[in-house]
Amino acid sequence: MSNQALPRPRFSAPDPEPRVPEQRSPEQGPKAALKIETTAPLLQGRVSEVPDALFGWAMRLCGFAVVALLGLIVYQLVVGSQLSWHAFGWKFFGQSDWNPVEDQYGALPFIFGTLVSSLLALLIAVPLAVGVAVFITEMCPVGLRGVLSFTTELLAAIPSVIYGLWAIFVLVPIMRTFVQPILAKTLGWTGLFTGPAYGYSILTAGIILAIMIIPIISSITREVLTVVPQHQREAVLALGATRWEMIRLGVLRNARAGIVGAIILGLGRALGETMAVTMVIGNRPEIAKSLFAFGYSMASVLANEFSEATGDLYLSALIEIGLALFLVTIVVNALARIMVWSVTRGQPAKSIA
Amino acid sequence: MTGVSILTVLIVLAPLFAIFAYLVYKGLGSINLAFLTQTPKPVGEPGGGMANAIAGTGVILAIASLLGVPLGIGAGIFLSEYGRNRYGDAVRFVSDVMNGVPSIVIGIVAYGLVVMRQKHFSALAGGVALAIMMIPTIARTTEQMLLLVPQAIREAAFGLGVSRWRTTLSITLRTATSGVITGVMLAFARVAGETAPLLFTAFGNQFWNWRLDQPTAALSLQIYTYALSPFDDWHRQAWAGSLVLIVLIVSAVAAVRIVVRRGTLAGA
Repeated sequence: MSNQALPRPRFSAPDPEPRVPEQRSPEQGPKAALKIETTAPLLQGRVSEVPDALFGWAMRLCGFAVVALLGLIVYQLVVGSQLSWHAFGWKFFGQSDWNPVEDQYGALPFIFGTLVSSLLALLIAVPLAVGVAVFITEMCPVGLRGVLSFTTELLAAIPSVIYGLWAIFVLVPIMRTFVQPILAKTLGWTGLFTGPAYGYSILTAGIILAIMIIPIISSITREVLTVVPQHQREAVLALGATRWEMIRLGVLRNARAGIVGAIILGLGRALGETMAVTMVIGNRPEIAKSLFAFGYSMASVLANEFSEATGDLYLSALIEIGLALFLVTIVVNALARIMVWSVTRGQPAKSIA
Repeated sequence: MTGVSILTVLIVLAPLFAIFAYLVYKGLGSINLAFLTQTPKPVGEPGGGMANAIAGTGVILAIASLLGVPLGIGAGIFLSEYGRNRYGDAVRFVSDVMNGVPSIVIGIVAYGLVVMRQKHFSALAGGVALAIMMIPTIARTTEQMLLLVPQAIREAAFGLGVSRWRTTLSITLRTATSGVITGVMLAFARVAGETAPLLFTAFGNQFWNWRLDQPTAALSLQIYTYALSPFDDWHRQAWAGSLVLIVLIVSAVAAVRIVVRRGTLAGA
């Protein structure tokens, strides 16, 4: 699909002389008039090269604007965080003291909260999402495929504030009365599930994040599984493999890099997710061993404190958290894109539904 | 094995149905005329509604679309018609990466770009934030749709002596119109429910406001504020607001699809 070889329509007017005004002087009479008439269609082709070039450059400008936007984002974040960077340096990411009153800022509790809640989300979401993708591509009756993939993608269309609302009024009470007491009783000895069960916790944030990233992971995994060649499956089956062995050896192994890419993409989404996490994580900047404890994430502290930040240093520290979040998600996303591309070879996978 | 797979599907679908069922159940019971026509009552007083927030969301989305859609489609045209080279690859990669930038970070950027200059929160700042989020999505879907247009159609136009810009706009883009619009609506639906980038750009407002340079209410912001409040009546309104938001998004997408299918753009 290369447009590059496309021939540019070029209309050459072999005789440009008629455009010279002297020739239209009345002395030359009917002869001159005739000449202009015959060359008129040729002239049209020539004139249209100007709007053509203009249009081409306008479109290039639009394309460039996308890159410029990214540059603008980086510029805004870097300039905004200068003050805090000069005040704290690398210590900013190693300190756990967040005290706006004394102008002491350390981002460690937020980094901790973001990492732990996102990793928890991956732990829960990955098996489920890959399971759904395998079911849709390999086992599902054809009629059900469209419905299922549509429904899982519908999950992605729900605004995150509505996930948060649902989490506050449904998930948090469930966590408080059922899940947390049961976990404390059975797995309390690990130290990860101790402490009072408020319902609001890092664990709850991880679960709502998992629900939110399942559609992303599963739809990309589905795309990747679809491009695994059919003869791979047939070859493994011909060797006497069962269906499960076929999926494991013939499909999943071939699509490994792409699935890892899908998982990393899900991680990128989880790291930057703001509203739902802010609503259930408890919003207390501390580092606790127990998953039942309150936490705080990088995106949540921005959501809660940015519009109320009074001092310049306070604002700058928040922007630096934003910069860190931005850099991490950029790296994670770029990595994921490269891994997905390595499987699908840049071709948009054919939709299975 | 099949059993395990089916089980995972059920586990995944359970929260979806739970959320939808709860949303419809709670929302339908809470929507009334006052909710759709009145502004919020002062703290603690029951009643009132989100009329100003519904309008505010409309205004912010209109600004975002005005800024984001032309630029996004232009970038898409660049990618498909002029960008089959290194520069195009760079723009493609950047837009893919930008799709993953957390929305709250976009909010910070819009804050620096608009709010800091104007010295106060505004609908314009909210619109700019959402536009930045729309552009990469629209660019990539537009590109994919334009690439589906057969090369022969472009060549036929060139053969008739049509200039390149005219071919792109009247032939290529026109052939792909319904796909491009679908992509635009996808981006629209994605940003319509965004809350994080509006927190410190549009900021929210308890009253009617039609001025673009003043703080403006948005449905998603109002849902967030009410959900965290201690009042039952506000919780009720948060559910109603969520249902209205979902219905607005779905009906906007559906309406455009119907207009595309039959109407002036039919056959496009």
